[in-house]
Amino acid sequence: MTDWWRPLLAFLIWPGLLGGALLGWFDLWLYRKLLARLQGRQGPPFYQPFFDFVKLLGKRTILPGGISPLIFYGLPLVALVSVVAALALLPVPGTPMQSFSGDLVLLLYLLEMPALVDIIAGFATRSIYGQVGSTREAILSIGYNLPFITALVAVALQQGSFSLERVAAGPLGPVQILAGLALLLAIPARLKTNPFSIANAESEIVAGTHIEYNARPLALFELTHSLEVVAMAGLFAVLWVGPVADTGLRLILYLLVSAGVVGLTCLVAAAMARLKVEHAFRFFWTWGALAAALALAAALIW
Amino acid sequence: MADGIFSKLMQTSRLKSPWVYRVNGGSCNGCDIEIGPCFSPRYDAEQVGIVLQGSPKHADILLITGPVTLRTRAAIADIYAQMPSPKAVVALGSCPASGNVFAGSPTVLVGAAEAVVPVDIYVPGCPPRPQAIIEGIQQAARLLSEGRSRSQQALAASTNPEVKHD
Repeated sequence: MTDWWRPLLAFLIWPGLLGGALLGWFDLWLYRKLLARLQGRQGPPFYQPFFDFVKLLGKRTILPGGISPLIFYGLPLVALVSVVAALALLPVPGTPMQSFSGDLVLLLYLLEMPALVDIIAGFATRSIYGQVGSTREAILSIGYNLPFITALVAVALQQGSFSLERVAAGPLGPVQILAGLALLLAIPARLKTNPFSIANAESEIVAGTHIEYNARPLALFELTHSLEVVAMAGLFAVLWVGPVADTGLRLILYLLVSAGVVGLTCLVAAAMARLKVEHAFRFFWTWGALAAALALAAALIW
Repeated sequence: MADGIFSKLMQTSRLKSPWVYRVNGGSCNGCDIEIGPCFSPRYDAEQVGIVLQGSPKHADILLITGPVTLRTRAAIADIYAQMPSPKAVVALGSCPASGNVFAGSPTVLVGAAEAVVPVDIYVPGCPPRPQAIIEGIQQAARLLSEGRSRSQQALAASTNPEVKHD
């Protein structure tokens, strides 16, 4: 193997840690700014998510009682590394990473890690609010994963491969469009925005699963969240802009579609109130299941 | 050189990103109502980076309203202890400064908020205007950024006895 540097470069620079963080801060700012403008406010300045992150890094961590430091500091690290690895796998334009067979399955597992870490973190920190948040996240993940995973499986089925590069390179047909719609249903729940901000419902359960986290571990969780935004918007974007041949044009389209997904998520969040967990679950197992079934049926027909 | 850049970046970040936790120490609710408009379209404190946090563990600045009653005293001390350093305290209105019309009441603490936590900024008024509240939070953020909040100074004095304070 002479190409050992490719995964490393993809993990650390683009589309992994550095590029992902910059894009993630931009996406978060875009989300907050757009939300503020929709509410008639001015909104935060451009650098706000970056300064929030740096400030949290400069605080002294308080270790809550009844939890081992290894778990307390380890959980956000696991979530962060998983999301960065997932980003590194994405066939983003200009990525040095070479796609391999079955990396779509690995991507699904890696994208599942932040939710799993949140669930463990909420229970392990022994706050009653954290435990309620964990329970809600666990229930919700069974809901939103139905359209999310089925949509990706449908595209893979149509392309006859579980390699991300081949899945992304497929032409923009009815399967991609239906799968994209199913993904769009799941993305607000994955990013915990309204109407699916159920696990981190700040007016009900304070900060949900992250309630006991502070200072540096919280900074890592915030960074993980911004990278998750990039990963989710990026996953949708690569499915739609994959067939474009020119790398430069594809990169511009990738960034535009990503920003569009963030904007659409923000629009939905601004327009809707929070659902109850059972209503959200029912939504995903009826409308989400319908979208997923349509995508699967389209994959079998075309 | 690199150290200077990082400390400068940290100072700017603390100035630009004050996260706020509010606690009601037996207030009549007047000051609490005035906090709400700070985040409304008219004043929009988010444009200077101020965000309301639900957990004291996420906050940099503690907003105290009310004259601090015997009932709320332990809760306020507990919440202050739960905030990670560096942190600052902003007391809103006349009550946490002096007890206001509640001074002398048998259920109100003598010495108001200062008897429980080290207050950095007092925002006068009964209640203070939203502009004044935002300015108070920004002044506290400036103290944090320059390392001049009372909790930071106490911390520096306890770890480095050569630092002088007056």
